[in-house]
Amino acid sequence: MSKTVLELKNISKSFFGIAALKNVEFSVKEGQVISLIGENGAGKSTLMNIIGGVLKPDGGEMKLQDQNYIPNTPKDAAEAGIEFIHQELNLFPNLSIADNMFITKFPKVSQTPIIDKANIRNHTKEMLQAVDLKVSPDTLVENLSPGERQLVEIAKAISSDPQILIFDEPTTSLTAKETERLFELINSLRTRGKAIIYISHILADVMNISDEIVVLRDGQVTDKGLKKDFTIDRMICSMVGRDIKQLYPERKSQPTDEIALKLENVSQPGTVHNISFELNKGEVLGIFGLMGSGRSELARIIFGLDPHETGKISIDGDKVCGISPKNSIENKLAFVTENRREEGLLMDVSIAENMGLVTLTKYASKLTKVIKKTSLYDQVKKVGELLKLKSGDIEKYPPKSLSGGNQQKVVIGKWLMTSPKVLIVDEPTRGIDVGAKYEVYSIINDLAAQGTGVLMISSELEELMGTCDRILVMNKGEIISEFSKTGFTQKNIMRAAFRQDAV
Amino acid sequence: MIGGISLKLEEKQITNKNTSSFAEKSKYTLKKIFVSEYFILYLSLAYFFILVPFVPGLASASNIMNLFSNMWPMLTIAIGQTIVLIVAGIDLSQTATLGITSIIGAMVMSTGIDPALLETSPLWGWFITEQGGVLAGTSMAIPIGIVIMLTVGTLIGWFNGIAIAKFKITAFMVTLVSQMFFGALAIYLSTSQNIMNLPKAFSAIGTEGIGIIPFSLVIAVVLGIVAHIILSSTVLGRWLYSTGTNIKSSIVSGVPTDKVVIFAYMFSGFCTSVGAILYSARLGMGRPTLGDNMLMDIIGATVIGGTSMFGGKGKVLWTVFGVFFFVLLSNTLNLLNLSYFTINIVKGAIIVVAAFIDVTRTRIIAKGL
Repeated sequence: MSKTVLELKNISKSFFGIAALKNVEFSVKEGQVISLIGENGAGKSTLMNIIGGVLKPDGGEMKLQDQNYIPNTPKDAAEAGIEFIHQELNLFPNLSIADNMFITKFPKVSQTPIIDKANIRNHTKEMLQAVDLKVSPDTLVENLSPGERQLVEIAKAISSDPQILIFDEPTTSLTAKETERLFELINSLRTRGKAIIYISHILADVMNISDEIVVLRDGQVTDKGLKKDFTIDRMICSMVGRDIKQLYPERKSQPTDEIALKLENVSQPGTVHNISFELNKGEVLGIFGLMGSGRSELARIIFGLDPHETGKISIDGDKVCGISPKNSIENKLAFVTENRREEGLLMDVSIAENMGLVTLTKYASKLTKVIKKTSLYDQVKKVGELLKLKSGDIEKYPPKSLSGGNQQKVVIGKWLMTSPKVLIVDEPTRGIDVGAKYEVYSIINDLAAQGTGVLMISSELEELMGTCDRILVMNKGEIISEFSKTGFTQKNIMRAAFRQDAV
Repeated sequence: MIGGISLKLEEKQITNKNTSSFAEKSKYTLKKIFVSEYFILYLSLAYFFILVPFVPGLASASNIMNLFSNMWPMLTIAIGQTIVLIVAGIDLSQTATLGITSIIGAMVMSTGIDPALLETSPLWGWFITEQGGVLAGTSMAIPIGIVIMLTVGTLIGWFNGIAIAKFKITAFMVTLVSQMFFGALAIYLSTSQNIMNLPKAFSAIGTEGIGIIPFSLVIAVVLGIVAHIILSSTVLGRWLYSTGTNIKSSIVSGVPTDKVVIFAYMFSGFCTSVGAILYSARLGMGRPTLGDNMLMDIIGATVIGGTSMFGGKGKVLWTVFGVFFFVLLSNTLNLLNLSYFTINIVKGAIIVVAAFIDVTRTRIIAKGL
């Protein structure tokens, strides 16, 4: 029986009288990977902040190696041997790997204020070897892939030889290959006796890597047990507190024969090559591809955000698209972008204004361009209700105050205001929890049932298989194969996506 | 989500506080004043009343008239700067625009120019002569002069806007270059001389009024109301804010961000030329160096009012308060008979304090009372 490293007993925390954590108990042993799962807002971040010394619990106690553990600052946590690995957010892209590693503790040349560059380069080399990353310590972080950045983070974290490593959503931006590599590394850390807490939304990963699983819901541990006793269904049930028979709502409509969106030989050197396909009204068409396959670039070209050199994009028969966002919007094309914070929302502006942004001119007086606020906001509220948007007063609160899932609903709502004929969604469920994902899929289904053509781009193959009528696979800027619903198998589609990489 | 909940709770706590003891009540009132958007106005008024006993003549009718007459032209210019700051830009060329529009207007309207001063101007002999400007004495001199001033100012703004929106040069560089270019051009065309003898009817714009209400007040207020309506109620206004908040999201949402940015700079140029008209009329002359030393006052007043230099946040009303604060500050320091340098030192110190209070205030607002 291996030794318990960290033990949490009765941890409670509330904010302004609302409980964020209630009597949370669990422990991590040496050489064990514990996965912590739960919807957004379930209390995972609060719990991690308590372990990391950012927040203080209201009640309960923590024991580290049988000693009372009361961290007051993140520094205390680091000194006690607890390291966090966040998504690649903590690196400075403009600095080299070596500089990033030593940013808080640059070694100096003897007594001078000059940084000992040779020293940090050598140390960094060793650290990179530990994670099997074969790049020069002088490489700028901006030139690394997301997976390599993740490895740099890990190298940085394990350099201080911590007892406990906490991974927070490490695979969200990684390709399948990079994820595999990360798991190999986690496995080797496990065999070296490290205790690991792994937080993720990707349940398949959790099944893959964990020894034990702890499920949080509304600040309480609702389920806990060995991995071998768990199934994905059980995880979901425990997370959402209700029985979701399926991850994906059932499609109740069939695609029509009428063409909604048509691409003919669309090419743009360097990004996409000779793309042709048709999207019918009422159809949900998936585009799958690995990172760098050109899937998001294609969406941007269709919407007219990026140019294309040759080929023709037309919507609704004869209307030419792909010229400018304004033209696309006029032709009833809508685009839910991949990155909602940067390209989808105005984070500090009210929800109502966000949702009204695309359709402002429609609700303005023709002559004076003064906005008819009442009718605009009435419509916004209607769309908000349709999407089951959970928020405070939409005229007052910004998207910043919402959970990821509700933020995504605001972006979708903004486009529903235009009653689109074609909706392009790029990674519509990234970073949102299972319950919200289900709702997003339902919205897509409803739109398809009303005759909207939906082009769904995703790096999560399962969600495409669960939602789409057809899937196109992109690789290096080209569409290389097409699968219809009856032909969906994970293996075949993956094989197609990886095809040229394997050569 | 937690943010939303906490805000709501704060509100509840506030209402609870509202009904408790007197001491808490007054504390609450103070806090409310502190976070109110009228804070800079309250601060200015407090400053005014505190200084009344110490500064002779501060509260006299003539000084108050003077104070306000200084306020209107500066306000028109600051309104333009507000709109540019809202789209996350900055307009450093305003001071040069003031100078060049001032002398061009004068070169159209002046009724007599001293050859000893301006004979060496490249425009001497054909555009301006001893008899004055090109339209001197004609009935259309004043309206055409005004239209030319407004057009030149707006064109400079258009030029800035095109360079920023279409060629993606940073606003700071573009408007700095405009400042240098048009500032130097104003001095070149006027050989660094003031152009005197503007028609009486033109000067009336800056010196007279309807009854006790000066024309300059009317012009500044009308411009302010127009800018306020654009910002608060029109599609263009929403676009200005959204472009300044997040230009990428705005592009995806079909906002014509290029046009919006160009508009902002054109509007700034327009407002600046209105300011130039008011200043030139008040002085009765065209002055190439009209805007010298004004730039930091304009930007300072706008930012102290609450408009963010990072874009997406700002209101005309805030700028009115900010300009009032700045004008009041200069006025009181002048009345104390301090030297130019002392005035700047004291002004700087007060602005730092005001900025510190503002930052504290923003933090308190962000936390919820």
